[in-house]
Amino acid sequence: MSEFAVELRDVVKTFKTPEGTHLNAVDHVDMQIQNGEFFSMLGSSGCGKTTSLRMIAGFEWPTEGEVFIEGKPMGHTPPFQRKVNTVFQNYALFQHMSVFQNLAFGLEMEGAKKDEIQKRVRRSLEMVQLLGMENRRPKQLSGGQQQRVALARALVKTPEVLLLDEPLGALDLKLRKEMQLELKALQQQLGITFIYVTHDQEEALTMSDRIAVMSKGRVMQMGSPVEIYERPRNRFVAEFIGESNFLEGQIKSLSGSEASVFVPALNAEVVGTPTSEGLVNGEQVFISIRPEKIHLTEHPLRQNTFSGQVVSTVYIGSNTHVVVQVGELRLKVWEQNRISRLEPSSFYTVGQKVDLMLMPENALVLKKD
Amino acid sequence: MNPHRRSPLILTATVLVYIFLYAPILGLMLYSFNASRINVTFEGFIPAFSENVVMDGSLVKSSPCGPFHWYCDLSKNDDVLEAAGNTLTIAFTATVIATIIGTMAAIALQRYDFKIKPFSQLSLYIPIVIPEIVMGIGILTLFSQFFGWFNGLLGLTGDARLSMGIVTVTVSHIAFMVPFVTLVVQARLQGFDKAYEEAAMDLGANEWTTFRRVTFPMILPGVLSGALLAFTLSLDDFVITFFTNGPGSTTLPIYVYGLLRRIITPQVNALSTVWILIVLLAVLLLQWLQSRDAKPQADLS
Repeated sequence: MSEFAVELRDVVKTFKTPEGTHLNAVDHVDMQIQNGEFFSMLGSSGCGKTTSLRMIAGFEWPTEGEVFIEGKPMGHTPPFQRKVNTVFQNYALFQHMSVFQNLAFGLEMEGAKKDEIQKRVRRSLEMVQLLGMENRRPKQLSGGQQQRVALARALVKTPEVLLLDEPLGALDLKLRKEMQLELKALQQQLGITFIYVTHDQEEALTMSDRIAVMSKGRVMQMGSPVEIYERPRNRFVAEFIGESNFLEGQIKSLSGSEASVFVPALNAEVVGTPTSEGLVNGEQVFISIRPEKIHLTEHPLRQNTFSGQVVSTVYIGSNTHVVVQVGELRLKVWEQNRISRLEPSSFYTVGQKVDLMLMPENALVLKKD
Repeated sequence: MNPHRRSPLILTATVLVYIFLYAPILGLMLYSFNASRINVTFEGFIPAFSENVVMDGSLVKSSPCGPFHWYCDLSKNDDVLEAAGNTLTIAFTATVIATIIGTMAAIALQRYDFKIKPFSQLSLYIPIVIPEIVMGIGILTLFSQFFGWFNGLLGLTGDARLSMGIVTVTVSHIAFMVPFVTLVVQARLQGFDKAYEEAAMDLGANEWTTFRRVTFPMILPGVLSGALLAFTLSLDDFVITFFTNGPGSTTLPIYVYGLLRRIITPQVNALSTVWILIVLLAVLLLQWLQSRDAKPQADLS
């Protein structure tokens, strides 16, 4: 068995636009996906995530580079000769076949015997809790049930790699959350590799072992959900995943794990943690800090503390979103409502003076790109 | 005042339209039971059953088939039976071939990009919009030129010569049917999501199996309605058949036209009635196929 379930090596996919120009939908992408991993490709539409998935499935062929499955170069291998199966975005269930026939189709293609087909279809339907639905037509099922049939149809082939193209996109929020957990549990139980395409950051964070954040055909960052959220390597990732405040400035000094950045808008130096690679002294940078990681404090420290004035507050239940004017900047600050209170005066009020503390480990210094 | 109350004008117009459309047909059907041989005025139904046909001048007094005298007469008319046989043979053969060609053309036009695609698409409409008589003359010219050249080349004489007949009629029917089939199937393919084919291939089916098991069954309603449309067009085609038929390939429309030039007996009406019923059946079948196609059953039991 190869080290990687799927590997993309310097893959480029060029499409011709209707205007006759060429567009790199996937632009020199390298990815190594380990056996048994839940790997997500995350990005907004047009970022190249679906095209990458389709190249793994064999529906598209790379213009440059190579896709490897189980260590074997795929070249122009057609989809029906690849050991991967796909759950399609709109399920693509065969409407003229029953649920049973939909599942049996893939097994018939393998030349499986009748009783074996019976057994495996049954087992697969059991796995997605659809036993008893064998004779229904796809049109007679709810969206969630259709989604499960699509999943069972791919899993009945016992693939080593399952490709999922926004499989939960058509479901409502509640069902989507349920299915996220179910999918993750199923993946862990089966121990097979899932490659999951989504534009929903929360979904990717919930389920994945590793995430590739993509934009304009390139991988912006690849890493675990924690790494992606806590140590974004560039402004795009910091902005795309969750929310962030950005402070523009220039590096004044660099020392190991800390960087001191002069921020003109605050007319002060902020000490932060470099997360981009290859930062140099004097470089123009961004400091990124998450709204929940800014402390409003009554006991200011000497370092990284600034006074400001509350501009607006929004109570959203679990948190209060406060906007604070500091120097020329407006910073978003999320305060958790840890104590149950009713009187409005106990929350921050507009015009109130506050002290803001940015802990150096929370102030991430990013390359300006 | 009820705003949904129907205006009497609309009602009158509707009734008039229906009378205009269907009265001639109903009249034609009624006259197929006419007691009068001359068939100019309706002389009442043929009254009685009897051993032999009893005539009184031009009136049929009684007949072994009673009111259905002219239908029986028709069934004994070998010329009619031969013409009906020809019509069905031509329609059936041409439909099968045209459906295969038309479906393949539709898939090619839908799926592939090629240089002459815009031209191919446009050329589909040409046989539909140009007058049938122009096409008929064109096909006639083509065949006679080709046959003249071919017969001369091989020195064929007498019965061995290639000439107009059932084959030329069938070929020209295929020619005018293909665009209709292609357009109908194309419409069906337009709404066809390529993901179904990708899913089939993803599950291990090669291109041919994918077509056979997934694509074709899913576009089948479109193919069938294309075929039925082509079939009904062939059944009642007169102009093109008129130019391309030869000895022994008389079809029903040509035969009826021939009868009209002599004397119209109620036999023609009987023939037309049978024919209308057959075409009506085909149209109903077509309607049913399309409606079943349009609204897939969504019963969430």
